[in-house]
Amino acid sequence: MARIFMKGCEANAESAVRAGCRFFAGYPITPQNEIPEYFARRLPEVGGNFVQGESEVASVNMLYGSAQTGTRSMSSSSSTGISLYSEGISFMASARIPAVVVNVVRGGPGIGAIQPAQQDYLQATKASGNGGFRMIVLAPSTVQECVDMVYEAFDLAERDDNPVLILADGVLGTMMEPVELPEMKSDEEVAALKAKYYEKAIVGHPITDRKLGVPGSVGTGQEIRNIEAAAMYKTWDKDIRCEEYMTEDAEIILASYGISARISKAAVKDLRAEGIKAGLIRPITVSPFPYDVFKNLDFDRVKGILDVEMSIPAQMKWDVEYAVQDRLPIHECLRSGGQIMTKEKVMEEAHALVKEVL
Amino acid sequence: MERDLIAAGFGGQGVMMFGTLLAQGTTDATDKQVTYFPSYGAEMRGGTANCYVAISDDAIGAPVMDQVDDLVIFNDASLEKFIGKLKKGGTLFLNTSIVKTRPDRDDITIVEAPVTEMALEMGNAKVLNIIMLGVYVGYSQVIDKEVILKAIEHKIGAKRPQLVPLNNEAFEKGLEIGKAARK
Repeated sequence: MARIFMKGCEANAESAVRAGCRFFAGYPITPQNEIPEYFARRLPEVGGNFVQGESEVASVNMLYGSAQTGTRSMSSSSSTGISLYSEGISFMASARIPAVVVNVVRGGPGIGAIQPAQQDYLQATKASGNGGFRMIVLAPSTVQECVDMVYEAFDLAERDDNPVLILADGVLGTMMEPVELPEMKSDEEVAALKAKYYEKAIVGHPITDRKLGVPGSVGTGQEIRNIEAAAMYKTWDKDIRCEEYMTEDAEIILASYGISARISKAAVKDLRAEGIKAGLIRPITVSPFPYDVFKNLDFDRVKGILDVEMSIPAQMKWDVEYAVQDRLPIHECLRSGGQIMTKEKVMEEAHALVKEVL
Repeated sequence: MERDLIAAGFGGQGVMMFGTLLAQGTTDATDKQVTYFPSYGAEMRGGTANCYVAISDDAIGAPVMDQVDDLVIFNDASLEKFIGKLKKGGTLFLNTSIVKTRPDRDDITIVEAPVTEMALEMGNAKVLNIIMLGVYVGYSQVIDKEVILKAIEHKIGAKRPQLVPLNNEAFEKGLEIGKAARK
């Protein structure tokens, strides 16, 4: 298959179309504008619908509306825009609506900065809205992974009747890399996907026959729904994905996800060249988080962990600490406010860790 | 083997096109890994613009680097901003039509080319970036010249095929300067 040179945002959008996405609603915000721009041009070509909503709140509710008909639907925004999606995402999780949301993360909190960051980790993985619901959250570190994850996200969303979040960042959104695109689902396949959903979709049934789209109700109804959802979240152990790079004999471990992870991986290679036994653990699903990979480390051999994130304060470090407890020192290598992680910075912090623990 | 570069200048000098032609061409014509990261923000014509390109045989780590092998500079402000990011032993490509200052470093090689004047002599100021791309490829030999010629046809030719010969000529002119500077 031929390689195509594509911008992360556009690759995301094209992959979604190929997965059968036929509805997109969104509202402009940097650095994800090329996603709606691409959909605006592309969706009419395949008989889909694009709407630029009057706001984020309107857009996420259009997403809810479209997704509950069984049409594969997606939206994207960035950080402060995703905060405005909270209510809609929570409602979709409550009503068990399958939809895909992409967060191309920028600086924060608040309006933050338009430059890339990884400042939304805890929001994405722990509480994207009220009510304690959970989502599968995939964290790509290359444009190719953006493509592959968006394509798969629709299947995961429909399997679980639950929204799925792609946690990217401004570098992945704006950078260009060669990608191989997945197969385009045919009109027949797209129609079959929608037909499969018909029984659950909130069209053409009396309200009492609805299988989905019944958010909380009075009495015991809400608790039953919550018990069902919690049971479903527990099935996600099989979905945990994690990349381990040169960890077999590692004495220090770099823990990092998304864009920072690929930079950390390059640093591991350089550290190895210096004779330092470094390794990388990269959660690919940041929710569900690969706690066991950290729990199962050989704590006699590994002497320390370096948590590498484009967030100040550190956020993924909470999950690493939860797994490791106080068995290892965990150092931080952080950038924020639009400052992009560099290999040089990772090397500097890794050397400081080595000096202290080895 | 990985080779990283930063290209920087005024918005409107074709800095982004310089980067995309190099990266797009390399993607289309080789098996190498490539990343291209454009600066983004409130840039506009006359403002500043810069981009990062990495070309490698293996997977690329950081798409944005602290230290690069090559620095391609189109104006004085960019020279001041980025000279600290050029590795020891790195190469600085200067548009000497515009850049009047010289860096206070003796650990780098400087390749000079008056690309704005050359472009004006060719009758189209806009091709200055293509001349510089020729200088860069001719000197660094990071990819074959055919890679860029194909990219010009693919990217510029798609919308304005009448501009392809002019751009090819501009590229060849730069290539000669780059090759000569190698000796």
